Amino acid sequence: MSAIGPKSGTADGPEPALRAEPVLRMEAVRKTYGGTVVLRDIALEVPAHTVTALIGASGSGKSTLLRCANLLEDVDDGAILLDGQDITDPRTDVDEVRRRIGVVFQAYNLFPHMTVLDNITLAPRRVHKEPREQAEGRARELLERLGLADRAHEYPDRLSGGQQQRVALLRAVATRPRLLLLDEITAALDPELVGEVLAVVRDLKEEGMTMVIATHEMAFAREVADQVCFLDGGIVLERGTPAEVFGAPSRQRTQEFLRRITEAGRL
Amino acid sequence: MTVRDGQERGGEDVAPPPFPPAGPGPAGPGPAGGKGGDDGYRPSARRIARERYRRTRTRRAFAVASASTLLTAGALYALIVNSPGWQRTRQTFFDAHYARISLHPILHGLWLNLRLLAVCGAIVLVAGLLMALLRTLRGPVFFPVRALATAYVDFFRGLPLIICILLCVFGIPALRLTGVTNNPVLLGAFALCLTYTAYVAEVFRAGIESVHPSQRAAARSLGLSNAQAMRYVVLPQAVRRVVPPLLNDLVSLQKDTGLVSIGGAVDAVYAAQIIASRDFNYTPYVIAGLIFVAITIPMTRFTDWVAARMNRRQSQGGAV
Repeated sequence: MSAIGPKSGTADGPEPALRAEPVLRMEAVRKTYGGTVVLRDIALEVPAHTVTALIGASGSGKSTLLRCANLLEDVDDGAILLDGQDITDPRTDVDEVRRRIGVVFQAYNLFPHMTVLDNITLAPRRVHKEPREQAEGRARELLERLGLADRAHEYPDRLSGGQQQRVALLRAVATRPRLLLLDEITAALDPELVGEVLAVVRDLKEEGMTMVIATHEMAFAREVADQVCFLDGGIVLERGTPAEVFGAPSRQRTQEFLRRITEAGRL
Repeated sequence: MTVRDGQERGGEDVAPPPFPPAGPGPAGPGPAGGKGGDDGYRPSARRIARERYRRTRTRRAFAVASASTLLTAGALYALIVNSPGWQRTRQTFFDAHYARISLHPILHGLWLNLRLLAVCGAIVLVAGLLMALLRTLRGPVFFPVRALATAYVDFFRGLPLIICILLCVFGIPALRLTGVTNNPVLLGAFALCLTYTAYVAEVFRAGIESVHPSQRAAARSLGLSNAQAMRYVVLPQAVRRVVPPLLNDLVSLQKDTGLVSIGGAVDAVYAAQIIASRDFNYTPYVIAGLIFVAITIPMTRFTDWVAARMNRRQSQGGAV
């Protein structure tokens, strides 16, 4: 595992000395709903082929941060750069940006009127104009690897939650995105189904997929992440390697959060 | 505590309102005193530039829309006015004199249309809902009820309205039943109700069936009876969903109220027809048509507004 992530550990630390342009960079991002500040002065760098885990209580801004990165929400201030391109610029072609980003939601959001195969090949065929044979060939290959080959012609509602979420992951990566955003993808799953989904994420990391993961699975975050960000009240309160954030949290809020999680038996 | 108040809130993380406020401009960080809003935030130059750009875009979009509207209107006007038969058409269809003299009889006839719409509309909504509910009754005891309701809907949805009106207006008096009216307006209204109840029943039934079974399961598991689950959980959701198609049927009913003139009643269209056939000028038809359109537009906008408001209250949005 490469040593990534600033050593300073806080949001307002010095810029990390990275040679390559990070896949995703956030600069002083601010987001409000009405009078409520949801994200405040967010700075974040996600280098290529690394995994960043966002942790924090519900309402800390994890989901909003991901929604902003995918332009599902407009930021109020600051900039989000994808491969060095400012995607928060109003001139940005939103569809073009989203073509480079894959997203998996907590509630799977598979299209119930399409088979598994059609769900996966929809974007490759209609957006990326791949011929049907090519798109379906790749989809079948991906399904094969996850042991879901016999489900290709099933409809999503006939699958288990774990199977649905794995299909949703395949759907997101079928277009070979530059960046994959995972928004609490195991939160709606039975505990015994969580493992099969996380195994896919682990595989994707092996293949070098760049990911940002909002999660409550602390053990998984600790294992798979190169960089962990603890969000609290809309700011990145603590940032560092898993060892730093989980092992020796510098902020009291982080310590409290981790203690509560530990007491709940989730670490 | 009422069950109906329990609106679902997908309150995981911060439930955002549908749309973020349009940038408050370079003036400042939104409403002061909001939770955590007062953090000494000053908009950056980047934000100010971005918002300036967005304002320019808005202005330009408005200019483009205005220009293209004017251009389209101009082209249509030129096309019509320069057509070879325009002079003759204008005299026959757009004559100010005939518009003036026809307005009063048409409005007088319209009063009949509006009364028919109000009465038939109310009856049709209630009877249609009842018919839809009859078709959802469970259990073998209710089989004849279900079968009759289904047969009724099948028959009257397929029967052409004109034939239905003719049969009612001329057929019912021919039976010489005591105590049954011969009034063509009442009989025509009865025929309208028969046909439109069948349409509306199908709309309601589609709405009821579109509510996910898990909603009924949740209601039943709270101990609500089948009827209570329908009344408090399924129907409120179903009715909201079918408001637009219901309005469609009501507008259609409004126009079809004119068909009671088959029995001799003078409604707005028949009033226009009387003048048109006497003087061979079609202006009264145009006037009557415009009045009908003018009545439906506010109705449509109102239901759009109601539907939009319901959506805003129930769902969290985003800038998709």
